[in-house]
Amino acid sequence: MKGLKKKIDSVKPQFEKGGKFSKLHSVFDGFYTFLFTPNETSKSGVHIHDSNDSKRTMIMVVLALIPCCLFGMWNVGLQHALATGDPDHSLFHLFFYGFWAVLPQILTAYIVGLGIEFVVAQLRGHEIQEGFLVSGILIPMICPVSTPCWMLAVAVAFAVIFAKEVFGGTGYNFLNVALVTRAFLFFAYPSQMSGDNVFVSLGGANAVDGYSGATPLGQLAASTTGQVEVLGVTGDPLSYADMFFGFYPGSWGETSTFCILIGLVILLATGIASWRIVLSGIVGGFFMSLLAHNFATPLYPVTYLTPLEQLSLGGFAFAIVFMATDPVTACRTNIGKYIYGFLIGAVAIIIRCYNTGYPEGAMLAVLLMNCFASLIDYCVVNSNINRRLKRAIVKN
Amino acid sequence: MKVNKSLLPLVNPLSKDNPVIVQVLGICSALAVTAKLEPALVMTISVTAVLALANVIISLLRNTIPTSIRIIVQLVVVAALVVIVDQVLKAWNYEVSKALSVFIGLIITNCIIMGRLEAFAMSNRPWPSFLDGIGNGLGYGIILVIVAFFRELLGSGTLLGYQVIPQSWYDAGYQNNGMMILPPMALITVACIIWVHRSRNKDLQE
Repeated sequence: MKGLKKKIDSVKPQFEKGGKFSKLHSVFDGFYTFLFTPNETSKSGVHIHDSNDSKRTMIMVVLALIPCCLFGMWNVGLQHALATGDPDHSLFHLFFYGFWAVLPQILTAYIVGLGIEFVVAQLRGHEIQEGFLVSGILIPMICPVSTPCWMLAVAVAFAVIFAKEVFGGTGYNFLNVALVTRAFLFFAYPSQMSGDNVFVSLGGANAVDGYSGATPLGQLAASTTGQVEVLGVTGDPLSYADMFFGFYPGSWGETSTFCILIGLVILLATGIASWRIVLSGIVGGFFMSLLAHNFATPLYPVTYLTPLEQLSLGGFAFAIVFMATDPVTACRTNIGKYIYGFLIGAVAIIIRCYNTGYPEGAMLAVLLMNCFASLIDYCVVNSNINRRLKRAIVKN
Repeated sequence: MKVNKSLLPLVNPLSKDNPVIVQVLGICSALAVTAKLEPALVMTISVTAVLALANVIISLLRNTIPTSIRIIVQLVVVAALVVIVDQVLKAWNYEVSKALSVFIGLIITNCIIMGRLEAFAMSNRPWPSFLDGIGNGLGYGIILVIVAFFRELLGSGTLLGYQVIPQSWYDAGYQNNGMMILPPMALITVACIIWVHRSRNKDLQE
């Protein structure tokens, strides 16, 4: 580590003003601060600097995502083995099948997204923003495993430019970039984002008899017979443990509620995610699904799921833990956070239950509430001002 | 570029004073009729014809219209012209007329038309008013055609109904972008045009 630091410090002057590569200063600075905590100090006044800058915050989120990511890769392999009747269920066989299946997507997302960020930072002479470190891993995780790389590249470019850079870059976007990517894919290429054929990677092999690649929520949304049992890829019913641990097909990073909870613990312990949003989100989802379950009707088969199943299936838990808590797009005030989280949970379940056109509502719920976040804050702040004004004016 | 001063009403709206991307008028129809190129072209011709004729008529009448009822007079003139355009279209190109449905009728409410009548025709002589009508109609049309070009090409793979993107691309895994057919992408395409236009015309930047 010391040798690396010496080497970097020795080339540093070339990137400073007047140096040979001064035009590439922002690129150099990006890598430099990625590797080492910058030891810049304030030049005026008294300040206290925390070395926990936004790069380190982002890295913690990536760390929290790793359990989901590793499990997701293994699950891709498992679903593939089940679907093709491959008897080899050894850990590494399954994991590396999934690893190679999703690696191109992860690389595509990072190369396209970071490429655009680097170019924009160079053009504007800004520092390189680190926001894409998290988005780049989130994006492939919330997409089906069979999403073609060129589609992902188009969607990432669209989201980074139109959801983030035009508003001023990291920290100024009002919509979650990863979810904008997914929404773009969802509306632009619907056949690649839903249905029976995209969530399980068959890898060219033939599927076994009785195979169905539909996700549990997809099965229920498409059900016309009032069937309420959800099945795995081979046609066996899924137990609650299967749903909780995530042994079913879906967007590959978000199936396992268990791994998401590990991530949640990391985020809460480091204080990065707001517990208010997570708590009220879960309460909102639970409340709404309890309501839906009490008034279950064959017209909307998803309403037969119990609240716990609702919270474990699909992208709900992932959206609450990793998407709703994005500090840039969420509410800033504490009361606002409760309202924001609750509404995300409730709206996600409403869309899931009562709009059979969209089997999963978490993405749309978070994007919708992103739009309302600043309005909620505005109301909270204003009501606080009014309350205090009333207290302040006694009598004239 | 030096332009003859008498031609300014015709040239200005094409870029510097464009009704869609500078004055941001007529956005609704720009979103609604631009999913395909053909309706966009027909819409351009219709709006240009209505606007040029209405400008001339109002300009001729401008000294006789009482100020208090001028909006009503303008509306009557525009409405009459729109009905004529609608009937002509139904007679000659029924398919496109169906595709445009209410939007031909809604030319009456197009802000560009009322705007030009109020701002230009009421205080100018017939010939400049005619040029202004043609210029604004075409300025509106340019944007419509650019937006429709990209939306039809990327959204349906066709241009004016002819397949442009070869079948071999589809076989290789290419897919049409369904979002380009939806209205939001028209808005974003217009935004891109504004972006390019503003970065080329520094004096328009705020």
